[in-house]
Amino acid sequence: MPVWIERQKYLIDFTLGSLGRRKARNLALFLVYALLVFVLASVFLFSHALRHEARLLLSGAPEIVVQRMVAGRHDLVPEGYLARLDGVRGVTGKRCRLWGYYYDPAVAANYTLMVPLGEEIPPGKVRVGEAVARTRGLNVGDVLSLRGHDDHPNPFTVHGVLSTESALLSADLLLVGEGDFRRLFGIPPGQCTDLVLEVRNPREVSKVADKVVLTLPDTRPILRDEILRTYASVFDWREGMVLVLLSGAVLAFIIFAWDKSSGLSAEERREIGVLKAVGWETADIMGMKFWEGFLVSAFAFLVGYLLAYLHVFVFSAHLFEPVLKGWAVLYPRFELTPQVDGFQVATLFFLTVMPYAVATVVPVWRAAITDPDAVMRE
Amino acid sequence: MIELADVRKAFNQGRPNELWAVRGVTLSIEARRATVLRGPSGSGKTTLLTLVGCLSRPTSGRVRVGGREVSGMTERFLTELRRQTFGFVFQQFNLLRGLTATENVMLPAYPLGLPRQRLLQRARTLLSSLGLGDRAEARVEWLSGGEAQRVAIARALVNDPQVILADEPTANLDSELSQRFLDIVRDLKAQGKTLLMTSHDPLVCEAAVVDRVVTVRDGRLA
Repeated sequence: MPVWIERQKYLIDFTLGSLGRRKARNLALFLVYALLVFVLASVFLFSHALRHEARLLLSGAPEIVVQRMVAGRHDLVPEGYLARLDGVRGVTGKRCRLWGYYYDPAVAANYTLMVPLGEEIPPGKVRVGEAVARTRGLNVGDVLSLRGHDDHPNPFTVHGVLSTESALLSADLLLVGEGDFRRLFGIPPGQCTDLVLEVRNPREVSKVADKVVLTLPDTRPILRDEILRTYASVFDWREGMVLVLLSGAVLAFIIFAWDKSSGLSAEERREIGVLKAVGWETADIMGMKFWEGFLVSAFAFLVGYLLAYLHVFVFSAHLFEPVLKGWAVLYPRFELTPQVDGFQVATLFFLTVMPYAVATVVPVWRAAITDPDAVMRE
Repeated sequence: MIELADVRKAFNQGRPNELWAVRGVTLSIEARRATVLRGPSGSGKTTLLTLVGCLSRPTSGRVRVGGREVSGMTERFLTELRRQTFGFVFQQFNLLRGLTATENVMLPAYPLGLPRQRLLQRARTLLSSLGLGDRAEARVEWLSGGEAQRVAIARALVNDPQVILADEPTANLDSELSQRFLDIVRDLKAQGKTLLMTSHDPLVCEAAVVDRVVTVRDGRLA
């Protein structure tokens, strides 16, 4: 074993020297390689972190949302429906929610207006999301005027800006008091947008949902898990779309790697001939070329991945933001929690290192089986 | 030491450009002697040298080294035998550019996995014994022709082989450097090494250190 290790050390040593002797070629390969890893890793890291973020934020959301349906459309729910759910076992809490959308022609953006549960907003006051405050240039104490359903302006004084930690879901949010909300949208007392139910046992959620439908046949329950799945599939779809676009880049890289490695220069072929003539076996040449490929690809992988990490978690993935976050006038501004998934790292490694290894192994083998006497016949 | 029995070697066999470089050579090379294969360019002496040094296999016939039949050996055993038994000095020296003289000398020993310090010491000792102690860390492309040849000789000796094979060793040297090379041959012979060289240089063929000159012409012994 020590002989084997010493032998590998010599091969690595020789390989490092070889890489240094062909700086320009190896640097070009390294840069293209690192760039490819950077782009792919950015997409993977970003979409994974977004999924994680959504999961974290929705973990505090109610297990079931109940919406009333009229002619297949979402409609207001009478508050009396709450009392009808008293008999459903397993429900630990139930409340009415008031929320809706408001189009602001001044910035051509949609806001989400909501009456917060468990928090009293004084009349004439509003708490705004981070993106709304940024887009409209609002600070605490400023006045935001919203046009009501009756075309009358409703002035609101900003009395708080929502924290950026929850920006993914609250960027476009406006929190107002119940009276103001009803006046703005013309919703009569005794009506609300939907109902939220809390369920003690997570394994009973679907059972409770079934009972809700039996009790209130004109409603549809929406489970938190379904929302999570929807988010996940939206991000998966976007990630997939970007990856399809990037597959061209992967292919180009394979061609580049093939070209670089199969195009062994006359100098390299001569070197291989000399090494074989002085006593190196085909396995030693393959070993040396393996280390060459491994060192270039592993280093490029590391650098590319590190840059992608910085790009996503320090510089908020500026390059892919529009594609992966989706289109919006009010982009949330938030710091993603650094998340690295071992499976994704392995996938990325497979997507980049394997094509390189496959593209290089055949030409290297062909060069390695050169007759050692060729060097004498030059 | 080395025996060739009716050895033939063809290149591109079965193709229109088929060439028989060696046509039935039977030859015995004695141990601890300096033998020269003499002949004009294209006579087949370099091919004969590659067959003796296990760099290639004969198309037909038998090659025996130290009593072992090598013609049918697998590549792995052939490489091992070549590494242990033969040291090569090529006509163009074939040193690897970008590496130092010491690194070039160490190359044949890498597959053996010897401890680094021991190998380094051996390479430096060899270079010093050939008068290159002060050029050990110089890159080979900075060396003169004579210096490069001595590095090539040191490389051939690093695994302490029994046989040194040299292809046209004085072809790129002036008379003074050729004489210096012959001095090295004398030292190696005194150490008990077997030397086989190809050459058509009279300085080599007529040197006192050379025990035997074998003339090759048209792939046959003359």
